[in-house]
Formats: sequence, C-alpha cells, structure tokens
Amino acid sequence: MSDNSTLSELDRPNSYIGRSVPRPNIRRLLEGRGTYTDDIVLPRMAHVAFHRSPHAHAMIKSINSEAAAQVPGVIRIVTGRELAEVMTPWVGVLSHLAGMKSAPQHAIAVNQVCWQGEAVAAVVAENRAVAEDGVELIEVEYDELPVVADMETALDEGTHVIHPELGDNLIFQRELDVGDVDAAFAEADEVVEETYRFGRHTGVTTEPRIIIADYEPAEDNLTVYLSSQAPHMMKNLYAKHLDMEEDKVRVICKDVGGSFGIKVHTYADEMATVALSKLLKRPVKFLADRLESFVTDIHARDHRVKIRLGIKKDGTITGMEFDDLTGVGPYSMYPRTSGIEANQVVVLTGGPYTFKNYRAKATVVALNLNLMCQYRAVGHPIACAIAEGIVDDAARAIGMDPAEVRRKNLIPDDAYPYIANSGLTYEKLSHHQCLDKLLEMMDYDGLRQEQAELREKGVYRGIGLASMIEVTNPSPMFYGAGGAFISAQDGVTVRMDHNGGVTASTSITEQGQGADAITAQIVASSVGVDIEKVRVVSGDTEVTPYGGGTWASRATGIGGEAALRAGKQLRQNIKVIAGAMLQAEPDTLDVQGGTVVDIDTGKERLALSEVGRVVYFRGDTLPKDLQPELVVSRHYVPKEFPFTFTNGIQAFHVEVDTDTGFVKLLKCWVVEDCGTVINPQLVDGQIRGGVIQGVGGAMLEHCIYDDNGQLQNANMADYMVPMAVEMPDIEIAHCSSPTKDSELGAKGAGEAGTCGAPGAVMNAINDALSPLSAKVNNMPFTPEKVLKALGKV
Amino acid sequence: MKAPSFDYVKVQSLPELLGVLVERGDDAKIIAGGQSLVPTLNMRLSAPEILIDINGLEELKGIAVADGYLRIGALTRHYELGRSDEVAAHAPLLAQALPHIAHEAIRSRGTFGGSIANADPAAELPACLLALRGRLVIAGQNGERTVDVADFFHGLYETAIEPEEVLVAAEIPVLGGGERAAFDELVMRHGDYAIVGLAAMAKADGEILSDVRLSFFSVEGKPVLAAAAADAVNGKPLNEEVLQAAQAALENDLDPLSDLYNTAATKLHLARVLTGRVLSKLASGGA
Amino acid sequence: MSTLYPVTVTVNGSPVTRHVEARLSLSDFLRQELELTGTHVGCEQGVCGACTVRLDGRITRSCLVFAVQADGGEIETVEGLSDNGEIDDLQTAFHERNALQCGYCTPGMLITANELLKKNPSASRAEIREELSGNYCRCTGYHAIVDAVETTGRQRQGGAK
Repeated sequence: MSDNSTLSELDRPNSYIGRSVPRPNIRRLLEGRGTYTDDIVLPRMAHVAFHRSPHAHAMIKSINSEAAAQVPGVIRIVTGRELAEVMTPWVGVLSHLAGMKSAPQHAIAVNQVCWQGEAVAAVVAENRAVAEDGVELIEVEYDELPVVADMETALDEGTHVIHPELGDNLIFQRELDVGDVDAAFAEADEVVEETYRFGRHTGVTTEPRIIIADYEPAEDNLTVYLSSQAPHMMKNLYAKHLDMEEDKVRVICKDVGGSFGIKVHTYADEMATVALSKLLKRPVKFLADRLESFVTDIHARDHRVKIRLGIKKDGTITGMEFDDLTGVGPYSMYPRTSGIEANQVVVLTGGPYTFKNYRAKATVVALNLNLMCQYRAVGHPIACAIAEGIVDDAARAIGMDPAEVRRKNLIPDDAYPYIANSGLTYEKLSHHQCLDKLLEMMDYDGLRQEQAELREKGVYRGIGLASMIEVTNPSPMFYGAGGAFISAQDGVTVRMDHNGGVTASTSITEQGQGADAITAQIVASSVGVDIEKVRVVSGDTEVTPYGGGTWASRATGIGGEAALRAGKQLRQNIKVIAGAMLQAEPDTLDVQGGTVVDIDTGKERLALSEVGRVVYFRGDTLPKDLQPELVVSRHYVPKEFPFTFTNGIQAFHVEVDTDTGFVKLLKCWVVEDCGTVINPQLVDGQIRGGVIQGVGGAMLEHCIYDDNGQLQNANMADYMVPMAVEMPDIEIAHCSSPTKDSELGAKGAGEAGTCGAPGAVMNAINDALSPLSAKVNNMPFTPEKVLKALGKV
Repeated sequence: MKAPSFDYVKVQSLPELLGVLVERGDDAKIIAGGQSLVPTLNMRLSAPEILIDINGLEELKGIAVADGYLRIGALTRHYELGRSDEVAAHAPLLAQALPHIAHEAIRSRGTFGGSIANADPAAELPACLLALRGRLVIAGQNGERTVDVADFFHGLYETAIEPEEVLVAAEIPVLGGGERAAFDELVMRHGDYAIVGLAAMAKADGEILSDVRLSFFSVEGKPVLAAAAADAVNGKPLNEEVLQAAQAALENDLDPLSDLYNTAATKLHLARVLTGRVLSKLASGGA
Repeated sequence: MSTLYPVTVTVNGSPVTRHVEARLSLSDFLRQELELTGTHVGCEQGVCGACTVRLDGRITRSCLVFAVQADGGEIETVEGLSDNGEIDDLQTAFHERNALQCGYCTPGMLITANELLKKNPSASRAEIREELSGNYCRCTGYHAIVDAVETTGRQRQGGAK
C-alpha cells in the first residue's frame, strides 16, 4: 500500500496495518451491551437538574428556592454563590494567542447571567424527574441587561459591554500580512470579491453530554465517569478548580456516544456536578438532556467573511485578502479558548495554493449567546469554503474550468517541503495526484457533458470541487505552548501475560472512531501476535499512560506511533528472553502469529505461551543476569513540525429544483491523503461521517437566535441535521504521503470530511445556478435562500 | 426532560371516559397514540393532573363503509390506515398522504383521530379531511353529534370538540365516479412537517377538472381551502394559462404564516409551485 | 409521593411486574427498572429513534409511550432480539461493514432496519434510506449502514429462495 522502503516495520509478516479489520470489541455495542455513562448506577447516586436563565443577559436579584426545597425527594438546592466556595472560576485564554481576554466564568452564575441557558441554581434530588420538579418551582428575580446578539455591532461605541472590567467586547484579533497584496490585485486581470456567512451550528451527539461525579470524603478521592475525549485534561481541571491533589482524581470514560469535539471542553454544568458531589459527599449524576444540550453544548462556525481574490487571465491567482468576523459566547471557552477557530481560518485559508500575497484578519467578539468553541474540523470548513468559493468565482470571471484553475494553482506535488503563507511547513502533500484521481473517479468530463445536456432541458445540476489542507497531529505548539495542561503526547503500555496474550493501555480515547481497533492492529503487528490476542484499555486515567486523548485528528498519528514503538520494544524483549531459552541470538529470531520463529526460515521455535510460562512461573531457569521485562511503555510527541498537514479534495454533484429552491445531493466523492492508512474501512468511516457534518452546516443545521439572544430551535425537531434520505452515497479513494516524523507515518483523518464538504456543496449549487446568474453565499442553504438568490421570492 | 407528575386512568368504555371528563374537566388530557402529546409532556409544555388513556375503547376503533361513507374510527393507527383496502379504494387521498406522515415507528402508534383532534396546522390528515369533505362524529354527555369538517377546525390546535367531548370517528363520502385525488408536500427532510403541503380532490372529465378542492396545510393556523384558485380551474381544460391563473389566485386564498425558516412570501411561492404540480397530477389521472 | 401504578409486561419473553409512576416513560422503565440499557435515549421527543423497541409486534419509540400504557403488552428490545438470533445476520453485517461507530444509535437502527427487511428484503438503497430516515446517526454518514442493510437483505432473499 505504501512506500516499502520506509515502512518495513509496517510490512511485517501477518501485519494488520493497512487492512480493513472489523473493529474488535464492538459486538457488544451491536447487542445493546455497551456501557455508556448513563448506564452506570452508583450507590447513593443523586441526580442534578439546573434552573437555567431564560434571559440572555441579566443580573440575578434574588433566588427563592423555598417551594422547591419542599418537594419530596429533593436533597439540596445550591446557588452559584454557595458553589463558588467549593469551586474556583476559570478564564479561557491561552498565552500564545496574544491579546486574548475573557472574564472569569463560574460553574453556576453568581451575579450575572450571560446567555440563555446559563445555570442559575442546581437542584439535587433522588431522581431526575424530581430534580426537574424542583427546578420548576425555583423563582428567580432578574434585572434584564441589554443583550449583545449581533457580531457586526458588538464592538461599536454605545454597544453594551458584557464584562465592563474588560473594557470592550473584543476577545481576540489576529492579522497576517504576507507579500504585497495590493500589488497582487493591481497585477490581476480580475479581482473578485464576495461575503460569505456561516450559520452557527453544533455537534448533536446522539448521546448527550453526561457525567457522574463520585467524591469519596474518607480518602478525599474523586472518581468522575464522563463521556469525554480528553480524560487526562479533565482530571487536571477538576483537581485545579476543586483545590484537590490531582493524584486523588480519576476520570473514567466508558463507551462514548459520539463526541466530534463537543465533549472536549469544560462545561460549567459538568464542573458544577463535580463540585456538588464534593459538597454533598455522594455521587451526583448530570445528563444534559436534549433541550439543555442545544443551549449549552458548544456552538461553532458563526462567521462572516469578506474576501477578495486576484486572478490573471491565464488562471494564475495573484493574491487574496479577507476579513473574518466571528461572534462567540460571553466567555471564551475553557481551556481551549474560543479564539482557535478564527485563528485557524487565518492560518489555513488558501493553503492548498501557491499564491504568495496574503492578507488575513480575524476578529472574535463576545456575544450574549451560548459559548462557541472547537467542533470537528475547527475553522477548516470556513477556511476551505471561502477560498474554494472565491476560486470558483474567479474561474467564472475568467471563463476557465474550475478544475483547471485548481490544477494551475495547487502546490506542485514535487515542491515539498513547502512553507505556507502562514509560515508553517507542509512536509509532503499530494494535491495534484488527488485532483487527478478525483476527476477520474467521478468522470468529471462525463458529468460536465451531462450537465450541459440537462441544462437544455431545464434541469440544473452542478459540480462543486473543494481542495483542502487539514491540520493533524498537533505538537505542543497548539495548546501546551499557551500554558494549558493539554498534552500533545500520548503513551501506550503493552504487557504480555503468561499465555501470550497482550494488553495495551493507551492514552488515546475511543469515541467510536476506532482508536481501540487501530491500537490493537498496530500492537498485534508490531509484537507479532494475532489481533484476537490483544486487548486494549483506554479511557481511564488510573490505568492508562498520561496523554492527550482524541481531538485535532491526532489519536492515530500520535497514539498509534506510541503503540508501534511499545509493541516493537516488547517484541525485542521477547526475542531476548526466547534467545536465552533457545540459546540463539535474539536477532536471528522474530515473533510472528504468537510464536517465536527463525527470522530467515520462519520455522516455529517457541510459543509465546511458553515464553510467558517460563518468565512468570519458572524464572529460575533463565540466566541470572537476564531480567525479563514483558511490560513496555513508549510515548510519542510530534517534534519535527508544529502540525502534520494532510490534504485532499472533495466533489459534490447536486441538482437544484429552481421552482422550489430545493437542492438534492446526488453524489459525493472524496480523495484523501492521510499518510499511512492503518484501517481503510475506518478511515472511510471517518471521512463519510465528517462529510455529513459538513453537509449539515451547508444545508440544514443552524442555531437560530433572535435579537434577544433567544435560541429559536433548541430541540431536535426544529434543529435539523441530515438524515439518511438527505445524504448521497460517498465514494472515497486514497493517496498516501506518510509523514517521516514517525515510523508509522500516519496523519489524521477525522476531520477532513467536515472540512471540505461545505465548500464543495456550495460550489456545486452555485455551479448549478450559474446559467441563471444566481449565487448563494449564506449557509445553511435553505430552499428560501436559493429562491431568494433566484429572485423568486 | 421528564414529564411532570400526573395521575393515570385507562378507561374501558365511552361512558366511563365521558364520566371522567366531566369529573376532572380541564385538569385532564386524553392520550391516544401520544406521538404529539408525550413530547409536550416531556418538555413540560403541558401539565395535566390526569392522563386519560383511551386506547382500550373499542367504540373508537375500526374502518367500515356504510351508507356511502367511509367511517374511520378515531383510534385507527396510521399504519392501519395505510394498509386498509377500504381506505385505498374509497379515500385514496389518505393512502397517498400516509407515507409522508413521520416515520414507521411513529405510524405504529399515532392515531387518525389524534391527528385530527390535535389540529396541528402542519399535519397532513386534517387537510385531507377538508379536501374530502368529511364530517366528524363527536361524543359527549348528550350523545353523539356530527360536525362538518368545514366547521371543525377553528384555529391553531383548536377544534369544535368541547372539553367534555371526544372524537369518535370521521366519516368521509366514498370516492365518486370521476373523482381523483392528489397529494404533495415540500419538506426539508423526509418525514418532517411540511413547509407547505397540498391535499387535493377533483372530478375529472378528460383534462377538464371540476369540483376542485385544494386543501393547504402548514400555511395558516388551520388547513385552508383555496377557493379562488379552484374557481380558476373549475370547468376548464387544464393548460398553462389556467394553471397560472390558479397560482395567481392563491394570493386571495392564502395568508401564510412565516416560520423559522420561511417567510410568508416563500410559503406563498411554494404553495403556487405545489398547486401547479398537484393540478397537473389531477389532470393526468391522479395517483 | 406520587401514585404508583402496577405494570405487568412481557419483556423479551419473560413476564415482569413493577410499580411505577405514571410519568415514567417506557424507555426509562426498560433502562432503569429492568436494567435493559441497550435501549438508548437521545431526545425524549420521538425524533432520534435511538429508543426504538418492538411493542406488541410493532416498532415503537419507547420514549413516547408511558410504561403504564404498555401494561399487558409484549416488548422486545435489542437484548432480546440478540439473544434469540433474530437480528444476528444484520449485526454481523453491521460489524463487518463498520456500520456503527459510537454505537449509540445502533440498537434503534438495527430494530428499524430489521423491520424493513422483514417487509422488503429487496429494498433499494433509496428505499433503505427512506425507511431509516427516522433514526439519527451522527457518526457514519449512513453510507455504511445502507451497505450493511442492503447486504443483509440480499442474504435473506437468497436464503428464502
């Protein structure tokens, strides 16, 4: 599958790497025998529900909980002021995002509520229904404050400042100016410009956020069961804000029902739950039900971007500039901040192309709306859509085919390493290879011909392309350098037991994407055992090595490399022991299929169970100077590059009903280069799952707020995500440019689908509409927006 | 998101139900299929003191044809409606509408009468009933009364059913000679409530339509018959000019309410598009 | 304390009786009273489909039925359909095709897909998509699910011939 000369470790006999092995350990999910956090019941477990502010911005005058306290089964009612004595507030800033500011946020609002849905009081009760009975009876008097709900006016003189002590509503600003953009535009034959809008949307994990906090006062231990992507990060934060020793905190993630970046943040209500457990000295459970999840799960992508691009008649792009404005929440989310998304737009936009004149500005303002933060593909969908949208505009302006314009401007495949306008280095990408493969796979020319024929009949089909780059495998430069205890490294411990079985505990976490499966594949391959002999443990801070978890498309690239290194070393250790037992040189041996063999002939010499039996039960028979070690830990952190970039390209084929404005997605194609592919089926699953979330933002998903900061569609019926009927088949192909920073060579693949889909869908719609001189630029593209573009309403 | 506390009684006969209704009056809610009611309870948008379960009432079940009417018991489940030969033969409009109603698991339990009595302006069946010129059989302390569908829907979730009454059945004139049905709706996602929907009936003589009934839903607070549009079509061979006249006339028929995603103007436009499609379907033989 | 009502149901072939509040949903009854946690709750408003079970032979949203209403009824959950082998082929196809990621929607998806295949094992991809359109999956993009259901349908047809 890949370049053999560099991947010998991956091409061992019976290697599982590169094979679509069905995920081990998921039959239980198919039989309803998983353990999601909601399935856990602890002795004396209480349930909390929150009274939440109906106002987007107000001062709390008084809270009357007398009636609520009388409800049979209500255990305790706690306000923000009381909870603040147990838990300290936090501020979501990173020091390497210069100038970023935010106000301290409490687990429960103390004086001021800043968005509709912010918790004002907690009702702890014997069960959830009773807790909700109590919530209904809490009376809160508010003094309403002006609501800052419009990002365009948030920084205007006269606009209310949400946190007066900060001076204004500006959270973060980033500018980048490379080359000479003015000269580039002067040199261009055409300068095209457009304003794009992206609707705020959210992740809608099928399993809502959920936490069970179990504080045990006798030993001052806190165990938290959490549906999360980053247990070690949360362990640190619980200890920090509860003023506990971090060693006393354990975070356990059982099966996680979808995360997508939603479950990697510090949610106030979850922090409150942990504090309540400490306060009440008993387990407390909180589940953000579907009404709560829409007003509290982080939102993302609320951006307005004005962009210009210069192009010559021969298709050469001369330069680009844009101004991005995004309105986040009243607080920057902790600890990853609400500034990364805009920063990514600055760093990534136009990244696949060779033009050298680039001016970007991003402004992040505070609003009295729910908090925004990193959701799958953070910033990429915006960066990709604005660049790909304006490139298509430019292609139309000079009358060139969009595929040709891309061919002309994409970074050549032999130009690597390549330093991007952002100053970051692309180690090795394959834009042209991917483009060629895509055009062939989709029969681009055939579709263009069909399109022309159908137009004659009044059928409007469109083809949209979106080239992309994606940030994966982030180094400590992403968060650690900014002062956050978010680990960029991961570790894996492998252990061989007496029967030859291998247990691998890893600090990456399973969200359904298959982290456990790829760990098993890599460990089985590198140790030399059948995959059935490998058990993987993840998601428990007490028993796994310290590490980052799952986010930023990092688990396979980083945790996978740690698994490879640990497995290799275990194999080496086994060979040394077997060598002693067989009186052979270790280097003449190998481990294959659970057996020690002669490396040259493959002749079976010793079963691993025999090695295990001797090591664990008859160590006396081994040489005295040999200390057998059948437990090995290895870690890995990317060192060579701050980020490992991947690339790919997507295409959508759509049909627009010009009478109704409805858009039918007919087909999607993706070519992706994520380096070494460990399990093609899992990568395809990630890409397809990513695509649907990108399609959601492009076509349907939108957190609709009114001027008073009231979310209008905070339920699953009114907030629409794509369902099976709305999605087309998605065909996928791969190119492979492994990173040389690791032996595994794997880059990330979890977010690419989400990155490219919105731009590709938009371009396809606009391609369909182009003969009608209509264009859409405001996601999601509802029928009404298409009709408006067509001038029909 | 748990329902507030309530009492529960499963009534075994119509008289028992009417008795409980008199006794508990405004504090009670009737539950049939519950597919609309339970979400409102779970979200605490409704807090009855007692839930009266009518699923055991045999008097409200069954589909039968008698005296030129198709009688559909209020407790008929959507899926039963969908597989009924009588419905397919005598009220094909309902059969056409049915696959558009939510999803299989909802149709397992949701009831015909519940949909009518709930009078959700976005629901398919009330509009069908209006196009079909049905009548509603309502039981109360003083026995049964019959209300013409034209007088039944009063507004948003409001009907002619009094607090101490219950819907027993709907009666629909069986399909007449030359009568055709056509149904269409525009939905953001399959199975969702429509942005605009149209249930239509007409008599057809070749390409000439008469007695046209265009019943729109998801447009106003209750299903609405587009009389002016129908007039523009009645008795004329359906051609482009007639279609356009009907579409233009909708301005006088409809006063659309905007929703979260669509302005009134969009709804009117989409109603016109649907009118064109549905009339063409009727003229070409219905479905 | 609210009134408790007796509920006697047959669940996966076994009769059980509990006394519960009228407001307890069938989904919470299954999960909390009977500890059948394979039935998942995603929205409590009948939209996501994760709580789909079979009630008296029909697929039903268990979040939209109160447990008291199911009194006297017969309920089958993913655990029961796994134990009796009814959906074994579908489960195997889902596994082989990786038609599940996080697995939260999977029990409801399997039960819905099984219902479709019982009616129409030769369902086209479009028909499969339509029938599954009431079940949210946020992980897979549906493609692999459609593949798995299509494959199982073909196998069932083959077996029937």
